[in-house]
Amino acid sequence: MKILTLLGLFSACFLANSINIENSAGQFFSSGHTNNWAVLVCTSRFWFNYRHVANTLSVYRSVKRLGIPDSHIVLMLADDMACNHRNPKPATVFSHKNMELNVYGDDVEVDYRGYEVTVENFLRVLTGRLPPSTPRSKRLLSDDRSNILIYLTGHGGNGFLKFQDSEEISNVELADAFEQMWQKRRYNELLFIIDTCQGASMYERFYSPNIMALASSQVGEDSLSHQPDLAIGVHLMDRYTFYMLEFLEDIHPASKTNMNDLFKVCPKSQCVSTPGHRTDLFLRDPGSVLITDFFGSVRKVELTMDAINLTDPIKQMEEKEKRSS
Amino acid sequence: MAITEVERRRGQLAALSIAAVVIIVGVPLWWRTTETYRAWLPVSQIKDLAKLQLHLSADVEVVFARGTVTPEQQKKVPLTQTQDEEHTVDEDTTLRYRYETKYRTATIMEEDALKKPTAAEADLSLHMLSESPCGSLVVYVIPESSSLLPEDVNVYIGQRRTALVRISAQMRVGKTLEQLLAQLEPQIKQVLQVMSFSHTDITVALSDRVRFRPGNKESIADSMRAFKSSPGYEITFSLLNPDPKSHQLHWDIEGAVQTYIQPLLTKLSPLANFSMDSQTLYYTMLGVTPRFDSSFEAYTLNADSLAHVINPVEARLGSNAASSNPVLNFLLYVPDIRHSPLYIHDHRKQEVPSNAFHSPRWGGIMVYNVNGFYGSETEFPVHVNINMAKVMGVFLAQLRLLLGVQSLSPPPGFLVAPCGSTGLADWELDRLMWSRSVENIATATTTITSLAQLLDQIGNIVINDNIAQQVSSAVTSLQLAMAELEVGNLGFALQYSKEAILASEKAFFDPSLLHLLYFPDDQKFAIYIPLFLPMCVPILLSMLKIVSEARQRRREKQAKKE
Repeated sequence: MKILTLLGLFSACFLANSINIENSAGQFFSSGHTNNWAVLVCTSRFWFNYRHVANTLSVYRSVKRLGIPDSHIVLMLADDMACNHRNPKPATVFSHKNMELNVYGDDVEVDYRGYEVTVENFLRVLTGRLPPSTPRSKRLLSDDRSNILIYLTGHGGNGFLKFQDSEEISNVELADAFEQMWQKRRYNELLFIIDTCQGASMYERFYSPNIMALASSQVGEDSLSHQPDLAIGVHLMDRYTFYMLEFLEDIHPASKTNMNDLFKVCPKSQCVSTPGHRTDLFLRDPGSVLITDFFGSVRKVELTMDAINLTDPIKQMEEKEKRSS
Repeated sequence: MAITEVERRRGQLAALSIAAVVIIVGVPLWWRTTETYRAWLPVSQIKDLAKLQLHLSADVEVVFARGTVTPEQQKKVPLTQTQDEEHTVDEDTTLRYRYETKYRTATIMEEDALKKPTAAEADLSLHMLSESPCGSLVVYVIPESSSLLPEDVNVYIGQRRTALVRISAQMRVGKTLEQLLAQLEPQIKQVLQVMSFSHTDITVALSDRVRFRPGNKESIADSMRAFKSSPGYEITFSLLNPDPKSHQLHWDIEGAVQTYIQPLLTKLSPLANFSMDSQTLYYTMLGVTPRFDSSFEAYTLNADSLAHVINPVEARLGSNAASSNPVLNFLLYVPDIRHSPLYIHDHRKQEVPSNAFHSPRWGGIMVYNVNGFYGSETEFPVHVNINMAKVMGVFLAQLRLLLGVQSLSPPPGFLVAPCGSTGLADWELDRLMWSRSVENIATATTTITSLAQLLDQIGNIVINDNIAQQVSSAVTSLQLAMAELEVGNLGFALQYSKEAILASEKAFFDPSLLHLLYFPDDQKFAIYIPLFLPMCVPILLSMLKIVSEARQRRREKQAKKE
């Protein structure tokens, strides 16, 4: 009898496992994307905006950890905090008090640095209208099966985001840029995250399909910073990004957490501002969208079932002989 | 001091002349210098293209061998029939398929060719007799008594553009030619669907215009797997050696590419340009630790963990910085000595014979085991000469899939000949050309129409002459491509569609289309008011003064009259 019950249990386990395998295979193809891109932009200059660079670099670290390679990340940092004269620990950018986590590290690949981070370059990257001499690493070479994560941080206001303290991008321009991306089928799904004051105003004007947007504060509210570090002398991170990163630390490439959990990150008690999100343009239900659909890069894989039978021998090349002599 | 009449008149004249200059010279000058240069675009032709009506035409020649038609049926042959099929995909896109079928009887040389012992040899000698142009098909109808095809097979699809269809005895006895043709028609239609184009293929190719909502998982996978049409592709072959201390690997990649891959790429050259490079990477591990399976006495990677293998490797691969063409990566991984031999298992724990897997729109990875080279007293590093024929066989199969040559399961009763040494049958090339032409045309039309819409909506964008020229040439090429497709010249249609897509992409992504994007009205006022207001106020006031004085004088005159 005992053996029978044991056998019953084992077979139930196996059955459950095989169903799981089939489900995950089905899930691979249900999201409809084959590659992932990330565009991470920090728009602030000057030493006292250290936290914006730390925000962007922390998101960069998470996205790389979850699998998106550097060739698929466009990182734009307006200022160089690691080599700033006022940095007491040069070549580092910390995101935690007591200097626990150095998010600069030694394999950061910044694609647009310093004065190259302008509204024009940002719009050119998004729409693809770059001069032909632009190298591959500075382009967003997405196609109609790419999921793109766009993260913006800096100082913003009602309907605009300030770039480098000298120019601004309005929400209408951003919405038009996304519409041009949609017209040319440059994305499958887009996740837009913005961590600035009055961030929700930036996603009000979107009208292209398949865009999901998150913002750290509503119109009329300010996004606040998290913690100052007394040794470095500036605030190290913003609250929304800090709690979002705590949430992302628990995500690994095979996890099944969905977007509804991301919407709950940083409630008013922790963030002081009210984070907002917009999903009406998104075709799928947010509960079925995995975090790794945007933050990670889980590749679809198929087994190669046939091979071609090649029988001709390799042609010998006479030129090789000539070259070596 | 009283203002004298002369001075007052001078003042009036000055005010009037300033106003005249401002209005007659100033306003037109300001208008011309602030208007954006917009070259002329063929808007009406673009609007016509927005409603896409694609006409595809395929030529089929049906040849009756001896013993398939009775003499009275034979009198009515040769015969030509045309069939049209209309499909409406959505309100802007309609398709019409035209099949022109020519029926005739076989010549003596063709009869000799059909007497060969096997179907493959018959196919070869038929091909020697006449080569069909691309886009057309020849179907040979052979009698039931013929021994070319095995028992359960009714249709044989050759390596070039010929197919053999076996007629069953009851089909031809006592029927008129029309009845015979009607009976043959479903089989010929099936052959056409396999060797030319099917409605599913064409609707998938139109995915830029119409978001394809396929029914089942297989068609989703098929539509996501192949790279989109691009003028060029880069192919990179990488040899991954994580353990150079134990293995010294030699691979003759140049010779292998020249012998095995180049023929396929030369055959595909009407579709795109290919550039190839190769590299060897040391100390690069797979991202997943394989588990030892004692039942197989080997290390295994199961299908679920394969998805996480690619990402850590991709960071090391590198790519050509100069071009923006899509990259196909083919990796050959030789496992390190501690994890040798390494096999890939599928969902049912069976070994995959090719020991390889591929990722849609990325490339393929093959695991090559070298534990056969370990003897009892080997000294490390072991010299290994990689068997390039086996490796390239797998890579070639993956390359076919990634470029869009679908390995469809043929309908029952069909036998498909294996593709030749080039790796691509002629009719597979035709299929690719059909779907690529349609895809290019669909993409180019959406690009042009959305560009026209964008330029219409945003009145501030400058349209330079070169953009207008690109747009015009794109429109011309599109019209030519659609005309060639309608006639059935597949090669020309593909060429024109390629030109159309190049021109339209160049026009859409021109860097100059970004300058003046959005100026809200309140900002426009804020700029103009400080410039114009101080100048306009004195002019207006003096105009008012002139008018009020003129009115006063008229009143005085009227008072004087009375």
